[in-house]
Amino acid sequence: MVVHSFYVINRSGGLIFSYEHSIPKIELEKTFSYPLDFIFKRAQKGVVVEFGQRDGIKVGHTILSINGIPTRGNNIDFSAPSSINNDDDQQISSPTSHDIIEYLSDSANFPVTIKFGRPRLNGNEKLILASIFHSMYAIACQLSPELNSTGIRELETDQFKLYCFQSITGIKFVALTDIRQVNVDALLKRSYELYSDYALKNPFYSIDQPIWCPLFQETVKQAIDSLEKTGSPYT
Amino acid sequence: MVVYNLYIFNRNGQCLFYREWLRRRQIKMTQEEEFKLMNGFIYSVKSFVQRLTPTDLKDGFVSFKTNCYKLHYYETPTGLKFILNTDNNVDNIRHILHQLYSTIFVNYIVKNPRYSALDIINNDQEIFIEKLDEFISNLSIFSQTNKI
Repeated sequence: MVVHSFYVINRSGGLIFSYEHSIPKIELEKTFSYPLDFIFKRAQKGVVVEFGQRDGIKVGHTILSINGIPTRGNNIDFSAPSSINNDDDQQISSPTSHDIIEYLSDSANFPVTIKFGRPRLNGNEKLILASIFHSMYAIACQLSPELNSTGIRELETDQFKLYCFQSITGIKFVALTDIRQVNVDALLKRSYELYSDYALKNPFYSIDQPIWCPLFQETVKQAIDSLEKTGSPYT
Repeated sequence: MVVYNLYIFNRNGQCLFYREWLRRRQIKMTQEEEFKLMNGFIYSVKSFVQRLTPTDLKDGFVSFKTNCYKLHYYETPTGLKFILNTDNNVDNIRHILHQLYSTIFVNYIVKNPRYSALDIINNDQEIFIEKLDEFISNLSIFSQTNKI
């Protein structure tokens, strides 16, 4: 039973707090000879497998590194120092860099070791997804066949569940867990208490602004830990 | 437990079929607008789920719950989308939606020689509607309160 991550969304759909508890790392490194069976697609975060999943490499996986050198967006630079890999310099291409798709279609570069994986969400994507969820929540009320419906409380997929609790004041507490985790509603109620205690009562916190209160983060982490171990968010 | 309504969309996002067994809240838009909203909503839920998932998905989005209803979603490999709203005490009914597709939809719509793929199902498909009503009302999740 795992809680993957926890988010707080304010009244206008902005993400004001995000905490990643345990996100499974999906990475696979394999050596390939020419020609490659995959069909690739250029995407914002890098080159993505579009067709031809095999050996655990799935459609949607991104190329993370080639021959041990991390990629930068759609390009790879074998001569530059490999340590830089921030969100900001993803699309930079220098004269020494190669386009990954062109590089992989040249038989002279083979055999080649490619690491595939599922990249984590970056800050921008989390913001976008938070506001998408905010509007999905509102549309779910509108499409209800029954009177007085709230928005989405629990969204289920075959791999994870998303729980959402909206306070009377309109703040949404969202937790992403695996499908077997129980008692997540108690965790969300607990996090509302923690939000009132450690964010709202903090004189330096202004409402609807991102929460940078170390005590809030600390206590949320404790509540999640205790939920995973004992099944209750209270210690 | 209650079954509210069923939407069937084709792969182009057109609403092929809609039927309601109970609906207490009337929506303030035309039915056509409602279908568009539902289809767009499901599209964004699907892409939301795909971007948010920490691991690789197989079936993807299955259902969501609010305080008073639960929306179940099933998509066939051909892109037909089945959306069934029930009350929120119902468990996972993916197999029921699959059965609805494989026994009712395939037998009475797909095998109907007068029906060509992607057509809207209108009221002269009487057998389909009859069999669908029978199928839904024999479900354990379909209760007496539905018939009021």
